Amino acid sequence: MASINQNALSNALPDFRNLGVIARVLVGVNLLAFGAVLAAAAGWDDLLDRLMRAAAFIEPILLASVLVLVVLSPLLTRLRFGAGAGVVLVLVTGITALAMLGVARVYGVPLGDELPQALLLAAIATAVLLGYLRLLTKAYSPALAEARLQVLQARIRPHFLFNSLNAVLSLIRRDPVRAERALEDLADLFRMLMSDARQFVHLADEIALLERYASIEQLRLGERLRIVWELDAAPSDAILPPLVLQPLLENAVYHGVEPSTEPGEVVVRIAQRGSRLHVHIENPYAERHAHHAGNRMAIDNIRERLMLFFDAEARLAARIEGNRYIAEVEMPYRPAPKPRRGAQGG
Amino acid sequence: MLRVFIADDEAPARGRLRELLEDIQAEIPTQVVGEARNGIETVERVPASGAEILLLDIEMPGMHGLEVARHLGRLPEGPAVIFVTAHDRHAVEAFELNALDYLLKPVRAARLEAALKRAEATGPPSGQTLESAADQLREADGRGRTHFSLAERNRIVLVPVSEVVYLKAEQKYVTLRTREREHLIDESLISLEREFGERFVRIHRNCIVARDAVRAFERAPAAEDEEAHWLVVLDGIEERLPVSRRQWAAVRAIIAQP
Repeated sequence: MASINQNALSNALPDFRNLGVIARVLVGVNLLAFGAVLAAAAGWDDLLDRLMRAAAFIEPILLASVLVLVVLSPLLTRLRFGAGAGVVLVLVTGITALAMLGVARVYGVPLGDELPQALLLAAIATAVLLGYLRLLTKAYSPALAEARLQVLQARIRPHFLFNSLNAVLSLIRRDPVRAERALEDLADLFRMLMSDARQFVHLADEIALLERYASIEQLRLGERLRIVWELDAAPSDAILPPLVLQPLLENAVYHGVEPSTEPGEVVVRIAQRGSRLHVHIENPYAERHAHHAGNRMAIDNIRERLMLFFDAEARLAARIEGNRYIAEVEMPYRPAPKPRRGAQGG
Repeated sequence: MLRVFIADDEAPARGRLRELLEDIQAEIPTQVVGEARNGIETVERVPASGAEILLLDIEMPGMHGLEVARHLGRLPEGPAVIFVTAHDRHAVEAFELNALDYLLKPVRAARLEAALKRAEATGPPSGQTLESAADQLREADGRGRTHFSLAERNRIVLVPVSEVVYLKAEQKYVTLRTREREHLIDESLISLEREFGERFVRIHRNCIVARDAVRAFERAPAAEDEEAHWLVVLDGIEERLPVSRRQWAAVRAIIAQP
């Protein structure tokens, strides 16, 4: 249940400990205040004067409110959004009231209409900012990211599926054992393609998947396909997003080997360099065979997936060097956190 | 005995088709008279094989199946064609619209049998049908012909589009000039210009030249009764071709671009 909730659209308050949220609150409130003052001012001199007074009044309350929210954030994020927003509203207006009453008491000034006015302003500013932060959360919500992942994942090449099935059919009578193995490989591959795309996978499993995929392609293409594996420096305990490597290899075969009448060599190199994981996949390239559009889509697709997992920390670059097409992925090396679960565990 | 030719780049796929043909021998007796692993091989081998029916995978290296069928269509007694595809949405649409027969991989014995019987009855597809399907496919995914072809006795001569220096209309035919030699092809210059407009540029009412082949322009000595005009110097051939006044501005502009 917990894991499902984690992935559903976040229905909690923003985390006020996040620097981005704090910055947005500070800037947002000041902008609102500036707007209000600008509307009320009767000229430039008056504006400056009013700004100073407003700042002296607003900044202490704003900072105190943010401080309280930061401290209480662990508790606040447990509430549902509606309840949490109510609490925040009460907190902010409470702080405002306290501050005003405190100032009135210390300086001995009587409070008139200013108190309800200030409370109303504080409440409006809070509501506006909560609404804005809510919109932001929705825009970047993990649920949306998940939906995108599923769409991206659905792009399995039908060309590959049907040709593979055809190849397996051709084996059933002549070489039933090999046909069985090919079907098992296909099953593993499709299990992976249909699995939860949000979970990191182990590099060792991903490499095993690459080998299953390669053996199916080998069945279809025979001596036309030669794959050179350079995996000695691959850290098998690394984790990475699923389905980054396989589509790249599929791309290499589909664009580099299949369109050519000559046999083609594909190189798969995976290595750890310091805190980075490097993947290098290269295949023959001939301009006249290139179906650019399809290839660009696959590359964009993988790049987007890397983005969703690593943001700016991962990089995917593709280039043409002479008659070779080279795709390179770089991502942070992350060792698996726990001892691995059994193969059936997931 | 129906003589069948199998063209597919994947060995298991060819094996599978042989197996299926074997399975339906009782219903429709066939004999496999040849096999090919890519488009060009198919064009080279089919004419001499005496095949009546060609089972033609369309996603083969070197040349698209639809283009293979177009070239073979120039044979006086070409085979009937049954296209085979795993999944090519655009090609399937083009087949459907032009009533061309096709099978989807993996192929079922019953479908294969029905298709063979139909093909035996209807014979080879008309050149027009194939051309209109090819036009459609080119519009859908931009894949055009890679070769020109002409029938020479009982074989097909292929000339890669990339080797053509110019195409010139002469009465009924179009002369196709490569660096090495000339061929006559039975097509219209207008439709060729439409098909290969990106590669060729019109220099005269009756001539289009490969943009890549243009080296320079020469001033032609003016004759008594006409204005001086420009000649285009082409890569690899001695011959100079006149640029018409109407085309001059357009030609110069295109060549000026790097």
